[in-house]
Amino acid sequence: MHESSPLTRRGMLAAGFGSVLLPGSLSAQAPAQKPSELKIGITTFLSGPASVFGVPGRNAAEMLAEEVNREGGIGGVPVRLFFVDEGPGIDHLVGEFRRLVQNERVDVMFASISSGSCLACTPLAEELRKVTVLWDCGSQRIFEENSYKYAFRSQANSTGEVMAALLYLLKHKPDFRSIAVVNQDYAWGRDSWEIWKTGMDVLKPGVRVAAELFPRFGATDFSAEVTRLLALRPDIILNTSWGGDLDTFIRQAAERRLFERSTFVMPLAESSLERVGRLLPPGHIVGSRGDHWHQHPRPANPQALQRFVENYRSRFNAYPIYPTYHMAQAFSALRAAYAKAIAGNGGNWPSDLQLAGAFPGLEFDSPTARLRIREDGQGMEPQLIGTTVQDDRFPFPVMDRMVIFPPEMVMPPVGQKSLAWIRTLNADVVSRVPDPVRPAG
Amino acid sequence: MGEWFEQNGALLGLALLDGIASAALIFMVAVGLNLVFGVLRVLNVAHGSFFAIGAYAAASLGLFLASAGLPAWASLLAILLAAVLTGLTLGPLIERFLLRRIYAEESVLQLLVTFALFMILEDAQKLLWGVQPVSFSGPVSMMGTVDVPFAGDVIPYNTYQVILLPAIALLTLVGLALFLRRTLTGRVIVAVTLDREAATAMGIDAGRIYLLTFAFGAVLAALGGALSAPTASLVPGVGASTIVLSFAVVATAGLGQIEGAALTALMIGIGRSVAVTFEPELEVVVPYLIMVAVLLVRPQGLFGVPETRRI
Repeated sequence: MHESSPLTRRGMLAAGFGSVLLPGSLSAQAPAQKPSELKIGITTFLSGPASVFGVPGRNAAEMLAEEVNREGGIGGVPVRLFFVDEGPGIDHLVGEFRRLVQNERVDVMFASISSGSCLACTPLAEELRKVTVLWDCGSQRIFEENSYKYAFRSQANSTGEVMAALLYLLKHKPDFRSIAVVNQDYAWGRDSWEIWKTGMDVLKPGVRVAAELFPRFGATDFSAEVTRLLALRPDIILNTSWGGDLDTFIRQAAERRLFERSTFVMPLAESSLERVGRLLPPGHIVGSRGDHWHQHPRPANPQALQRFVENYRSRFNAYPIYPTYHMAQAFSALRAAYAKAIAGNGGNWPSDLQLAGAFPGLEFDSPTARLRIREDGQGMEPQLIGTTVQDDRFPFPVMDRMVIFPPEMVMPPVGQKSLAWIRTLNADVVSRVPDPVRPAG
Repeated sequence: MGEWFEQNGALLGLALLDGIASAALIFMVAVGLNLVFGVLRVLNVAHGSFFAIGAYAAASLGLFLASAGLPAWASLLAILLAAVLTGLTLGPLIERFLLRRIYAEESVLQLLVTFALFMILEDAQKLLWGVQPVSFSGPVSMMGTVDVPFAGDVIPYNTYQVILLPAIALLTLVGLALFLRRTLTGRVIVAVTLDREAATAMGIDAGRIYLLTFAFGAVLAALGGALSAPTASLVPGVGASTIVLSFAVVATAGLGQIEGAALTALMIGIGRSVAVTFEPELEVVVPYLIMVAVLLVRPQGLFGVPETRRI
């Protein structure tokens, strides 16, 4: 039988007003009681074209939450997930973010896939004083243009992802004279080209830009773009697209032999390799938005990587792709942050503020590397870039001549903006590019 | 001008080829929407779902036939079969049990109902086919490429895209025109399009015509989707992007105008490919620039007939 305390009308009003009027800073600092469950709100794409990443991200979160709970939870508390769809747009997302924090009383938020979503959620994290881990979005602007106390990113950003691909190209195919870009017509497509172009102009001035093509996001017909590129014959074609757009472009380019005329650089193509299969020929440069890949040549923890890959494959019948690893990184960062915050609080459950204080300087493990979150909240993650090759063990191309870039080589230091930092680079950085990593054993 | 053509004539020729191939698919979807809008006067947002489901169904059927060891040409049959099955299953069901209840309602309500249907069908696609891109390239691979000479070089084109798709679109255009003008059922459809009240007063069973037209429109949309499946990877949302372009074609062509839809699709397809070739930044806005330009001059659409306003 439950014990119930008599609630008077005055008491209820006081409690109600108290919860509304209590300043956030006080509630965030208030001593916390160990909850019966740790509620994590996760924003991800469950509809629309970006659900090709959002749903694998959700799948990974569900798989990881089960594993965490089987092992006793985080700090002894089982986790419970709440998902929000980014698909309907920013207004919906912001409303749902508030609802999860204020009504569902989630303990932590994981946001988001879209950079636009993250740019909307981070100010909200500050306003609501709720620890928010940016688990997949790439915009470098978030921590370069603002500082946050409650928002942190558990992976790299666009600058590192694009600069690593550029440095790889300059090191391994330095003789190119012309380039064309075919990126999706939205923020990532435009921003990634700006980063690339700034870096290329500094490190290899004089390269002719043959064409700048930005087809509509979600386009299903690239015939005119492929024709234009076949006619122009640029040495290099940069394509930072992803999902169905990238798959379709690879198919249409392969069917019309465009891969025979130009070398492609596709920093996000790891996520398409299994789907496009043998259509993508050898000799083209691909990246993985981090250093994670199921055939990583020297993972920090081979058993952990193998376990993650096999669990995911047996459950979802596909190799994990980068959003799943990013979700694993967010879980790992959260576990490490709680462990640090609990230790720092004399073994007691931490408040929101104490938890937030654990993130700057936090180190945590992914299956492939040891990662760190800087004092500005930005995650420092290595970047893996390789060249496609056919391997009889797989019905799709895999990466060869893999280079793992340390994050400090491809990302600006704290306090510097990406484009300004890139303009300070010189050719010396290309000579410092690490050699390809040979698989262990 | 002459000098420009001398320098860019060959490129323009390539752009025309791309434009015609692209127009073929746009026409297949838009003509069905135009027909449905002309007869039922319902702007059917769920038309995009027929396109998407037709595409997914063709991919599934084509991949199944390939895995069963059937010859490559069977994949072409899969396209046709998937389109007919999708259109004739979903079309009559939706018309009979949903649209028939809202013909007398405000057009805003009709729009909302078909939009809701679109959302439901979008989720149904995800339940059936998941969210990962689905590919089915059998027909394109089977038909190979044709090499078009260009500046001492060759530009390879997919035979499927530059020959088969335009041929099917042309056959559809001619077949539809003949059907609407030379058959009794076709003439009845035209009569209902032009004056529903008078046609009904003369004893035409409008309910039957609505059902027939909607099912036919659904088959055309599904055929457009099925034909696009071998050239593109299918992802959630593919129907939404298609329906927006189809609306532009319908508005530009004029109510119920088959030839208008064909000409508009051609203008938009060629306009986009010419933009990619010479001014890529304009590619996204070209369809809407064409629509605005036409509607400024002819508010009733290219082939539309001005209607008397009833007070």
